[in-house]
Amino acid sequence: MKYKVPLIFAFVCGILVVISEFIPHRPFNMLITTLQDWFMIISGFAIILGQISLFQANIKKIRGKNPDWPFYLAGLISFSIMLIVGLFWGTQEYRGILGHGDKIQAAIGMKPFDYLFANAFMPLSSTMFSLLAFFIASAAYRAFIIRSFESNLLMITAVIVMLGRTSFGGMLTSWLPQGLYFLHLPNLSDFIMEFPNSAAQRAILISAALGIIGSSLRIILGIERSYLGGDK
Amino acid sequence: MSANTNSQTERRIIYLVLLIAVALPLIFPIGWKTEISGYTKLAWELIQNTPDSSVVVFSFDYDPSTLTEIQPMAEAMLEHSFSRNQKIIAMALWPQGVQMADQAFTEALKKYPDKKYGVDYVNLGYKVAGIVAIQAMGKSMPEVFPSDQRGIKYEDIPMLKKVKTLRDVAFICSLSSGTPGIKEWVMAARDPLGTPVTGGTTAVSAPGLLPYVNSQKQLYGLLGGLKAASEYETLINKIGSATIKMDAQSIAHLLILVFIIIGNIKAFYNSKRSEQ
Repeated sequence: MKYKVPLIFAFVCGILVVISEFIPHRPFNMLITTLQDWFMIISGFAIILGQISLFQANIKKIRGKNPDWPFYLAGLISFSIMLIVGLFWGTQEYRGILGHGDKIQAAIGMKPFDYLFANAFMPLSSTMFSLLAFFIASAAYRAFIIRSFESNLLMITAVIVMLGRTSFGGMLTSWLPQGLYFLHLPNLSDFIMEFPNSAAQRAILISAALGIIGSSLRIILGIERSYLGGDK
Repeated sequence: MSANTNSQTERRIIYLVLLIAVALPLIFPIGWKTEISGYTKLAWELIQNTPDSSVVVFSFDYDPSTLTEIQPMAEAMLEHSFSRNQKIIAMALWPQGVQMADQAFTEALKKYPDKKYGVDYVNLGYKVAGIVAIQAMGKSMPEVFPSDQRGIKYEDIPMLKKVKTLRDVAFICSLSSGTPGIKEWVMAARDPLGTPVTGGTTAVSAPGLLPYVNSQKQLYGLLGGLKAASEYETLINKIGSATIKMDAQSIAHLLILVFIIIGNIKAFYNSKRSEQ
């Protein structure tokens, strides 16, 4: 029963969605609208479930004194602070349990949630992403070495695209006569992106789409059951 | 000195040089001009040629991690849309997109302070469920967004009186750094409903979306990375953050090329030495 009911649900809902794509008329269009509403409601609850799960998983690791447990504690404290200030004083438009927190707003210029978002979360998040530049620079120094035909091709392409994506690259070849303007670095870069890159990307997209169709069919027909959890 | 220590030292030198190379142009801007690419021009043309008073959707499908690249695009495109007197519906398929939208509007409204909330623009907030939410918007927008971010009922917002589904909007602009984002808008809005879709994404994600910029106009142009943002700023005669940051990015790219050359010279000498 524990497994049969979800399997039947998955089969019926899956088949309905497929049919409604081909027959967008009553009753299928109405059924699909209901299913979409269900999906949005369930997705909303999934966020709450995710937060509870995050809390439980972190507490377990802190209690078990896992290696790096102080980081889990930091994560939990940050999560709790944002949750509490959001609940108590709300966000920009929404009022919280204790109202809009006018006194706090007068002191720090905005609501505590928005203040933390703008002055802690945003800079930290941007910094994490920006660190990639340092890793890329270091990796390029070590990895882009001429060893074979393929590595040469990769390096030449990378150099053209990299230069073509800078203001300097355009200036470098701006003197080229009209007849040779296809060699202008931004044009070469665009050519690489538009043709070889797009061709490869399309192949990947089509392959991935076929893969998704295959795995979706396996789920609808009940062959793939890993989403049910457990050993089944 | 061991090879490992050497490698550590090299890495630290690379980091330090890169930090200086990025910081200097930000402090002392060079002012290099950026050439406008066809993809950016196409996105600009869509906004430029959309008639006055048309209702358009801007979806903020990113979070602060990609703020540096996408926020300048959002601000420039919003400004352009306001300059064409279009009525903007802001929404988000990412939870933190709401705050990103608020910030972008704060910047755009500095130039257009006479724009009124509810009449010229509205923020409908975040909607969970990604592509399913878009599909549902294709059938009924008030059902997906019963009220806006401020709690005002959909029916009571003046600019939304005639907007019942996504078919009623002139175009959709998705500023996205992943899933759900541009691809989902193309799949659930452009292809089944025919509503034009344009957007902006990070330089890393752009190659994966370029196949959609095709003769069928599945995607009406695409802004990829900071360079495209600076191109857009050039098109609307704005010296914004992307134009300023573009110098730093250009220098960083050049520096990486120098590192590649040095790395190859080093590898060449190492192989010679090992042969001997």
